[in-house]
Amino acid sequence: MTAVTGFDAEAIRKDFPVLARTVHDGLPLVYLDNAATSQKPSVVIDTLREYYEQHNANVHRGIHVLAEEATALYEGARDKVAAFVGAPSRDEIVFTKNSSEAINLVAYAIGTGSAGFPALGPGDEVVISEMEHHSNIVPWQLLCQRTGATLRWFRITDEGRLDLSDLDTVVNERTRIVAYVHQSNILGTLNPVSPIVERARQVGALVLLDASQSVPHQPVDVTELGVDFVAFTGHKMCGPTGIGVLWARRDLLEAMPPFLGGGEMIETVTMESSTFAAVPHKFEAGTPPIAQAIGLGAAVDYLSAIGMDAIKAHEKALTAYALDALDEVPGLRIIGPRTAVSRGGAISFALGSIHPHDVGQLLDEQGIAVRVGHHCARPTCLRFGVPATTRASFYLYTTEAEVDALVRGLHHVAKFFG
Amino acid sequence: MATDLYQEIILDHYKHPQGRGLREPFDAEVHHVNPTCGDEVTLRVSLKDGVLADVSYDGQGCSISQASASVLHELLTGRPVAEAMSVLDSFTELMGSRGQLEPDEDVLGDGIAFAGVSKYPARVKCALLAWMAFKDATAQAVEQGSDA
Repeated sequence: MTAVTGFDAEAIRKDFPVLARTVHDGLPLVYLDNAATSQKPSVVIDTLREYYEQHNANVHRGIHVLAEEATALYEGARDKVAAFVGAPSRDEIVFTKNSSEAINLVAYAIGTGSAGFPALGPGDEVVISEMEHHSNIVPWQLLCQRTGATLRWFRITDEGRLDLSDLDTVVNERTRIVAYVHQSNILGTLNPVSPIVERARQVGALVLLDASQSVPHQPVDVTELGVDFVAFTGHKMCGPTGIGVLWARRDLLEAMPPFLGGGEMIETVTMESSTFAAVPHKFEAGTPPIAQAIGLGAAVDYLSAIGMDAIKAHEKALTAYALDALDEVPGLRIIGPRTAVSRGGAISFALGSIHPHDVGQLLDEQGIAVRVGHHCARPTCLRFGVPATTRASFYLYTTEAEVDALVRGLHHVAKFFG
Repeated sequence: MATDLYQEIILDHYKHPQGRGLREPFDAEVHHVNPTCGDEVTLRVSLKDGVLADVSYDGQGCSISQASASVLHELLTGRPVAEAMSVLDSFTELMGSRGQLEPDEDVLGDGIAFAGVSKYPARVKCALLAWMAFKDATAQAVEQGSDA
């Protein structure tokens, strides 16, 4: 049973074949590593199979039935994703490999520049935050090293919130872009958008939101957010790996230089030079991840049918339940917001002085899959003085019974190392 | 199961590490990390006439990585470099064995407790962290010695 009326996580579980399997000689699988990747419903797996069995061809070329079907399916997936995040135009959806590629694409463009999209240089500043995933730190570090621009960042409060007390100095007239995480993969924190966008607009800076952990778990409307770029990835939202999305305002995409060169992204090519395809194809060099995009389209349909509001409400109730339950485990310290307010269902914690690797290993032996380590957010770990954390992260199919199993498992771990 | 991995010997070394703490004098110091999990070890070796006068270390990490450093200290301190390198080779071989090797207690001492770890690919790196640091530090110390 869940606390949300009308939301039946047990029924939803039946859509995910892997959740029925057992591990370690018969233990039920308790999968609490959804911030790393989500499981896939049958409808996504079937879509991939059907695509390869019935429609496989390369897209945007070839005058034959399969090529036309594959193209229609691939472009149809773009329509679905555009509608899912409220994009004003389908042409604003660029398919990438993952969020990292989407962010690198923007970093490359802003570092290279073009007519109407000035290149970054010395004296310019890039703003990120201390709670970023490495994928939203390293591209900007590389960019600043390459261009001589300066990297600045928001800090984190003791409660695990973004410290915006110095917003007006960190984001200033020299700032060209503010790139930060919508929902932290390690702390679970859901970050505010409007005050940062408002300040960025005052100084003429662009805003990129890493929405890898928010788009899968709550309704996200890019128009409502008012930002310039949104990056997210398919595999965390019931879709396949190898497919990510960059949404960007059309005028920006049109002004930005291409990122990767190759087939598909051109208009004409001579030996001396090339002109480029219209957006979004300008940014999709080479044969794209066709099946993966179509699979993501199926995932979006699946999530939409259940309803992102309902999924959000389920996870919020579950997170509140888990925060209370974890609080009862002796020696357990939550790293991140301790209430279910403005936070998602990724909960990091320390269990006494027991190293997270040992916690994760003993949980695994009880069939419970969590993530241990720095979660590609090492600066956040440094901020909280821990080398690593144990993280349990939920999704639409997670149940209170699984949270109970986690709590029981942690008691066992504490006893073993006690 | 847990007892496969977490042998009593490993838990003992974890809870009561031998020779922990960085000491003077030393000929080489290295800092190794396991980037996927954040385990860290700083390790120093002190050589005297081709013998490991001291292997001192400090670090943070899981029970496997820390116990392994403790076992390494206990096994290798006071040994000639060539002999220590042969123990290192045996330990590395054991860790690569995926549970298929019967370890030799005469060579590896308490290190035999890590045989079970070799069945857990994700944890092999934890067990090897200090040993790889030792290999690196000793190579540096030997090189410096030959330069002098």
